Amino acid sequence: MTQSVVVQVGQCGNQVGCRFWDLALREHAHVNKKGVYDEALSSFFRNVDLRRNDGGSCGVGGKIENLKARAVLVDMEEGVVNEILQGPLREVFDSTQFLTDVSGSGNNWAVGHMTYGSAYREQIVDKLRKTAEHCDCLQCFFLIHSMGGGTGSGLGTRVLSMLEEEFPEVCRIVTSIYPSAEDDVITSPYNSILAMKELTEHADCVLPIENQALVHIVNKIKHMSHCGKPGSVIKTDTTVMSGQGGLSRAEKPFDTMNNIVANLLLNITSSARFEGSLNMDLNEIAMNLVPFPRMHYLVPSLTPLYTLADVSVPPRRLDQMFSDAFSKDHQLIRADPKHSLYLACALMVRGNVQVSDLRRNIERLKPSLPFVSWNQEGWKTSLCSVPPVGHSHSLLALANNTCVKPTFIGLRERFTKLYRKKAHLHHYLHVDGMEQSYFTEAVSCLNSLIEEYDHLDATKGRLMPDAPRFSIAR
Amino acid sequence: MEPKVINQTICRSAKSGRWRYGETSHFSQKQGCGNNWAHGFCVHGPRHRDVVEELVRREVERCDRLAGLMAMMSVAGGTGSGVGAYITRYLRDVYPKSFILNHLTWPYGTGEVIVQNYNSVLTLAHLYHHSDAILVHENDTVHRICSQLLNIKHISFTDVNRVIAHQLGSILQPALTTDSNGIYSRNPLGELVGSLACHPEYKLLSVSTIPQMPSSSIAYSTFSWPGLLKHLRQMLISNSKMEECIDWQVQLPSASERTRTLLGSSFNTSLANLLILRGKDVYSAETGSFEDPALYSSWLSPEEAFNVWKSPVIFNKYEKSATLVSNSKALLRPLDNMLGKAWNMFASRAYIHQYVKFGISEEDFLDSFTFLEQVISSYNQL
Repeated sequence: MTQSVVVQVGQCGNQVGCRFWDLALREHAHVNKKGVYDEALSSFFRNVDLRRNDGGSCGVGGKIENLKARAVLVDMEEGVVNEILQGPLREVFDSTQFLTDVSGSGNNWAVGHMTYGSAYREQIVDKLRKTAEHCDCLQCFFLIHSMGGGTGSGLGTRVLSMLEEEFPEVCRIVTSIYPSAEDDVITSPYNSILAMKELTEHADCVLPIENQALVHIVNKIKHMSHCGKPGSVIKTDTTVMSGQGGLSRAEKPFDTMNNIVANLLLNITSSARFEGSLNMDLNEIAMNLVPFPRMHYLVPSLTPLYTLADVSVPPRRLDQMFSDAFSKDHQLIRADPKHSLYLACALMVRGNVQVSDLRRNIERLKPSLPFVSWNQEGWKTSLCSVPPVGHSHSLLALANNTCVKPTFIGLRERFTKLYRKKAHLHHYLHVDGMEQSYFTEAVSCLNSLIEEYDHLDATKGRLMPDAPRFSIAR
Repeated sequence: MEPKVINQTICRSAKSGRWRYGETSHFSQKQGCGNNWAHGFCVHGPRHRDVVEELVRREVERCDRLAGLMAMMSVAGGTGSGVGAYITRYLRDVYPKSFILNHLTWPYGTGEVIVQNYNSVLTLAHLYHHSDAILVHENDTVHRICSQLLNIKHISFTDVNRVIAHQLGSILQPALTTDSNGIYSRNPLGELVGSLACHPEYKLLSVSTIPQMPSSSIAYSTFSWPGLLKHLRQMLISNSKMEECIDWQVQLPSASERTRTLLGSSFNTSLANLLILRGKDVYSAETGSFEDPALYSSWLSPEEAFNVWKSPVIFNKYEKSATLVSNSKALLRPLDNMLGKAWNMFASRAYIHQYVKFGISEEDFLDSFTFLEQVISSYNQL
């Protein structure tokens, strides 16, 4: 069984990470009734017996003593991390996993990337190495951060390149929260574009998530639960945004949105942790969904978002779940994948679903989804038999789709608006090591990425002739 | 290369109480090949070669007389295909005189793994050099058997695997062959390979079994050898893997639709056929219809091309059952499709960087493509 380490950087990263650990504990408590430290738990948690002298890690199969999360938490200001240390999750982390500073990055990518990146390089690498050493077989690093701020964006991407240097064989899956157009941080376009270059070059896969889309989903669920139609009462504890049953009681603002992201991470790793008839490991995600090295932006979508309190679950609900996964309301960025070109798509199903249901739905939906000509059957499927808490089955779809292009183009426009006037630029250029060329390089990197997506889009709808095959002379 | 499935398999077999796997006869690692053929073939294969060889040697030493080795794997993933191809090549070197039969499972045409076509092409091209015969099951076909013949509403992989196991069992269970002189054959793999894979360019074998029906219906059905054999022959000729919705209680119509395709262009020519009959009154079964020279290619006489094995023991509750293993054009179309799709993907160089990362170059791909085009061309000539 493989292990994964979660690295959370910045305020957003840490808050999302916090919800993730809460939900992970809840899920494992739901599944693991005997209190035995099994393989599934070991993928995210260590079992530590603090009474032992040798540092305490226990192997798989024993009773659960103290669970410690395999995580590294980094933030340049203390507020968020202190909250975690005083909250109900304090037992899950130990003090060697934190790295904090006092003053923060001031929403400045350069401060995060250059100043703090160099100052704390040794310490960060040290903590990462220690966490990795506790793992038997480390498969993947999950990096959670936001793109709009200073620490998450700047220091987060610096950590990403450190991961590539120190652990080149370990997969790096990055969950990036992209700023929406009405973001409250004015310099978020600068931070995002500078970070995008790092992501394109150093990450294995990126799961872009937009706050706007999360707000939309949250509103939809709230509307559903308050609209009072008969038969539409939602079962409590089943919404993808509810953290009920976890450790933290009070739900703070952004909690509901963060829960959705935490659910995403849980579902991605479910097939690697639990058993199923068709398993999918994390390295298979990168292998199957990334046809060209730089085009590794995978649009996630989660269904169902809630379960109705209605007890009878006819198979129509199952098919509805598959159709919903491709509708634009369920995507975690504001995009419409059905009208753009699919390069590849992964369907990760959890719960009591059989392979025939899966195949039937793929065949049903295929005609309406445009796939690139050389990958007409570009589906990667996995079946995990353990459903998430509160649902009987769920589906996570990861699509490598050209619908990320409008998001990137929007980001580029907002960047150009500021850059043309050289607004706020001096804050960045004052930082040691930062030069104007960083900006121009980052934009050209984004431009070439958008061009690559454009090339593929141009083939959409056109009947591409099959490449001529070898003919054998007889 | 990862432990979950092996652990599950060992537990399940021990639970049945009737047989189980040996305690030490398994090997797994912590992390799989990530659906990457190159990772399996170039990294994991060589790394774990010695351990696997040791395990195989221990089993071989326990045999009085080694009839052969059979490797079972899928072609869509990374471990089955990549490590499997590497191990087959290695075992061929270590046991040059033994027969090696590879059983392959081909994935659904609509896609289970996105790079399945690459993995399949690379596997087939490499196996062709080292294996004696390649027996193929396609997930699509077995799925259809489950849904149309066995009437299973929600088909799970257990159902699919059960059908495959039934077909394999009906081939490999003891039988009386022409060479075995009145006792059960001691060399089934050798005789299978000898009778079917007579030319190095023709190694692909496909299987059809008759009857296949839900176990609840077996008690209400009666079987007759002429009926079974007539259907099986028709299945061979028209290249269908199952009898479609025929009511066994009724006399079969004499001039069925499909007889007319006998001389049409969709006629499935065989290179060689092996018929295995199990059940009651097996000696009275008349198999002459399979010796018709029109069924076979011109350069092999029907006496050499057609063989029969028989066993009076009934198999898996079917009072009479017949299995046909054939080396024919049956797999030509799926192979052609697979190669076409892989080539299209290769033309845009998609995913190639993932393979190059582990040591498979574009030349290796081109070699495999060329080789399989050759195989397709040979089968077309039949």
